[in-house]
Formats: sequence, structure tokens, C-alpha cells
Amino acid sequence: MNSDIDRLECLSREIRRSIFQMIYQAGGGHIAPAFSIVEILTVLYFGGVLKYDARQPKWEERDRFILSKGHAAAALYPVLARAGYINEELLNTFCQKGSILGGHPDMRKIPGVEASTGSLGHGLSFGIGIALAAKLNAKDYHAYVLLGDGECQEGSIWEAALFATQQKLNNLTVIIDYNKLQAMERLDQIIGIEPLGEKWQAFGWNVVEVDGHDIKALQTLFNKKPAQAGQPRLVIAHTIKGKGVSFMESQPLWHYRMPDDQELQVLISELGIKEEENNSRLSLPDKSDSGMKNVPVSEGGIQK
Amino acid sequence: MRNAYLTALYALAENNPHVVAVVGDNGAIVYDQFRMDFPGQFMNFGISEANMVTACAGLASCGKIPFVYTIAPFLTMRAYEQVRNDVCMQNQNVKLVGTGAGFVYSSLGPTHHGTEDLAVMRVLPNITIFSPASPMEAQKATLAAYAIHGPVYLRLGTNRETEIYKEDYIFEPGKGITLKEGNDLTIIVTGSIARDALEAAEGLDKMGIITRVINIHTIKPLDQEIILRAAIETGAIISLEEHNLIGGLGTAVAEVLMENGANSVCFRRMGLIESFAQGYGNHQDLKEINAVSRKDIIRIAREMFESKISSRLRRF
Repeated sequence: MNSDIDRLECLSREIRRSIFQMIYQAGGGHIAPAFSIVEILTVLYFGGVLKYDARQPKWEERDRFILSKGHAAAALYPVLARAGYINEELLNTFCQKGSILGGHPDMRKIPGVEASTGSLGHGLSFGIGIALAAKLNAKDYHAYVLLGDGECQEGSIWEAALFATQQKLNNLTVIIDYNKLQAMERLDQIIGIEPLGEKWQAFGWNVVEVDGHDIKALQTLFNKKPAQAGQPRLVIAHTIKGKGVSFMESQPLWHYRMPDDQELQVLISELGIKEEENNSRLSLPDKSDSGMKNVPVSEGGIQK
Repeated sequence: MRNAYLTALYALAENNPHVVAVVGDNGAIVYDQFRMDFPGQFMNFGISEANMVTACAGLASCGKIPFVYTIAPFLTMRAYEQVRNDVCMQNQNVKLVGTGAGFVYSSLGPTHHGTEDLAVMRVLPNITIFSPASPMEAQKATLAAYAIHGPVYLRLGTNRETEIYKEDYIFEPGKGITLKEGNDLTIIVTGSIARDALEAAEGLDKMGIITRVINIHTIKPLDQEIILRAAIETGAIISLEEHNLIGGLGTAVAEVLMENGANSVCFRRMGLIESFAQGYGNHQDLKEINAVSRKDIIRIAREMFESKISSRLRRF
């Protein structure tokens, strides 16, 4: 087995554990939408794709990554911590009083965050501005934008899709986290977006599809120069919402919900959270005062 | 105002290659020279305001200085959440330039009128709002917008305004301008309807009501001092704007008066009362139809002056 792939896979597992621990401590959050994009972020930041220097977050030549599906911020923060943008200890403050790490990322407060997102349908246009600026300033940085699949129901995405090809933005890569679920149901039960690849192709994009949890495939794809020059690139990453925890996978209910006692035990075992690496972040359910009772169990489905 | 804006923008673009003129498929003739001379600093985003505004925030995040130009309601309302989240919340250096202030696009109807734009822009943090009254002022406001690092909304009329300033003056953001002195009553005005206020004031002078006219070219931050001085010295204030009565200049003036204890001043707001601008015709026709013409200003001013005098008499 390739040792670099091993390293990235190990990192993905660590990041998934961090995500859960952060959200658990905060008492609630978007676990499943964050689990969906872990491998994508891992490969972008640690697989030699993004060009960045965490010591100089405003370095002009850096590639820019925009998490358009800002509700998956809990996946971005541990990545930014491991990349060196923020202190690892900060993760313990997620969504708590006094923290800079909120439920959606704030570019004014967090180094390494390029755009404040949260409302869907904004990130692609922001990335277009960045890619355009690179062209106007004759710089060769690249803009990467990660969209949710449900987000493609926003009209502004399609305004942006038309414009990016008109401007021949070949320094723009858009990744769609295609887990086929949105907050309340499957996409195809609400507003279906199929045939997704054909739609983007018809809009003039260079479309490629990949397994969004296959580290090796993602790394090969991102590090390859796009085949067609003068076209923006669209990567449809087929993913599983809640990836890594059996009872969460592909269940719309888990868009925004916390596990109960029984579920927590399964989750701890499946994510491989060991008591010693827990740093008392997570109260294990077999302890008498687990802290779990204070965790609100959301009915799910009210937030994007 | 549009040509004056373009003249200023041309000079800015010439001196700074980061200045980018962005349009939403409008300005065919007024931008011709600019497009010809700075093709790399001009961009037409087509008919997609949401994408345009957010992309400009992205451009600004990389050091560009976009001046985004389109019809006021499309810019401020179609793309409102983009203005809020991507420009104002992120404090990006984007200049939003809305044309068709008030109902200057008279016969195009209310879809093309800017009669709520001040209200929706005024509520946003981090933004500066300029609402010039004349071509010269539009030019100065454009240069002032460039000098500010952060979001600016510049509310322009069209190209038909005539100059109200007889000589050059200093445009200071956040400072109102006394266009005409007077101690019996004050008209506080914004935008090109300032000319009507001035003409009405001259009419009022002849009736013995010596009227002060204050032009508020910066809606935010607002010049509190000039408003309070007018309240103390004249005791009667009319606010006048081509805008809904709610949320615009009149509301802003009322906030200043009330918060500073000037509650004995006679105060009336003139503008659109719970309506979109009615009717078709030219700009003056619409002022008449919507009760903000010179005649209306004079009528309201006389009523107010009389009530000011009678309330003073009551006190004796």
C-alpha cells in the first residue's frame, strides 16, 4: 500500500474524530454534512493540491479554497488546524461563547477562511471573482469551490455556471459533494438535479466524476491538469452523507442531529475513538455522569 | 450624473489598474469611451445581479476595486442578500452604483424606480451611502467612494440633471451642505429633487417664509449637527426625498431629532406614502402625481410655518 495514501487515510480518520468531538462538545451541529467531505478536504490540503503557506494566510500567490456549503464548517476547522492556520486547542471552543469558530466560517476572524459562507448559493460566484482577479492580475493561482448538491437548487449557481464558461475560467475548479441528500429528504424527492453531469457539460464545463471518499482517485484527479484548456472544471464527487458511521450514512435525519446513548457507543467504536486520545473531550456513555443528557437531540431537518 | 460619474471613474481607472468598471448589461453609450480605453478594466456580467455582486466581493478580496453599476432596485434588492453577506458582512471594498434614483426613470414604471433602496441599504453595517444632488456632486462622490476602503452605495440619477452648484466646493463625506440660508423653516433634501427644494424655497421667500435648504449627500453616516442646528435655529423641518417615507432620509432625520431631544420641532416628511410611484410621464410629471412637486413643497411648508407660529403663540 502506498504510504502517502496511508498517511492521508489516517489523517481523514483523525479529522472525522475531531469533527465529532467538536460537535459533541458544542452540543449540536451538522455532523453528517461534514463527514461527507472529509476525504475531499484531506486531499486538497494535505495531498499536494492546494498551494498555501499557513504562516502567511494572505500570501498573494496562494490557491483559494471556498467552502460554499458553509454548514460543513466543522470539517474545515480541524483541517485548518492541521494545516497550521489555527491552533488545535481552538477546536475545543467550537460554537461556544468567545470562540472564533462558529457554525459557519467567518473570513474576518479565522485565518485561512477566504469567504464567509452559510447562506447557500454564494461561494461559486465568490470563487469566480477570485479566478477573475487572478486573470486580471496575471497571477496563476487557482480557485477551488466546494458546493453542496442541494445547493445546486439555488438559481445563483446557474448564473455563475454560465458566467464562468463565458470567461473561460480554467483556473477554477468546482467540486460538488454529491451525497444525494438535503436537509429533509433525498434531492430527487424535492428538486432533482439529474442528469447533473450533463447539465454542467451543457453549460460548458469540463466535467469529471469521482468517488469522493477514494483518496487515491481524488489525489490523481486533482493533481492532473484539466484535459480541455480554457474551461472551468467541475468535479462531481459521489459521496455518502454521514460517511464513517453506519447508522448515519445516507439517512436524511442525520443532517442535523445528535446521537443518543446507544448510538454514541456505536459511533465511538466505528470512528475508532479511544479513551486515551479522547482528551476528556467526549464523555463516554458508560460513565455515570456522561454529560450526554445535556445534549439536545434535534429532530433534524430545519437547517440547510 | 451618469456622465459625471463616468468622468470620475475614467480618471480613477487611468491612475489605478485595479479599478474595474462592472455593469449588469447597461450603460451602452455612457461606457463606450471607457470600454475602448480600458478594455481590461471593464466587465459586463450580463443579466445576473446575484452572481455579479458576489463575484465583485471575490474580486475585491484579491485587491481589485470593482465599481458595480446597474439600475438601483436590481442592484440593491435583487442582489440584496449578496450585498449583505458578501459585501457588507465581509467588509469588502466594493462600490455599488445604482442608477435611476427615485423615479427619475419615470415612465418605465415602479419596477425601475429606486424608491426603497435607501431604506434597505441604510440598515446594513459597514456601508457608506452617497446620494448626490447634481452632476458635480456625483463626480465628487465617486472620488470620495474610491477614497474609502470598504463598501459604498452611490445612488445616481440619470443624465438629465442640471447643476445646482454655482461654484466649486469641498465635498466632505458625512457633512451636509446648506444650499440656501433661512431661519423660518428648513427643507432637508437628498438627491436631484434638491433643485425643486431650492426653487420652492425661493417661492417661499417671496411669501415671507425665509427657508433654509440643506442638501444631505451622505445618508450614512448622517450629519447630525447640521440637522440639530436647523431644528434649533428654524424650529420647523421638512424632509424631502424621492423615496418611500419609511426608512429613508426622513426616517434618518427623525431618528436624529428624537434621540437628541428635539421633540418640539415641527417636523414633516415628504416622499412616497405607503405606495410605489404612481403614473407615467416625465420626471416632473411624476413629482406632481406623487405629491412632491414644488407646489406641494410650498403647500406643506406654509402649513408647517403656520402651525409653528400658532404653537409659539399658544406658549405665550
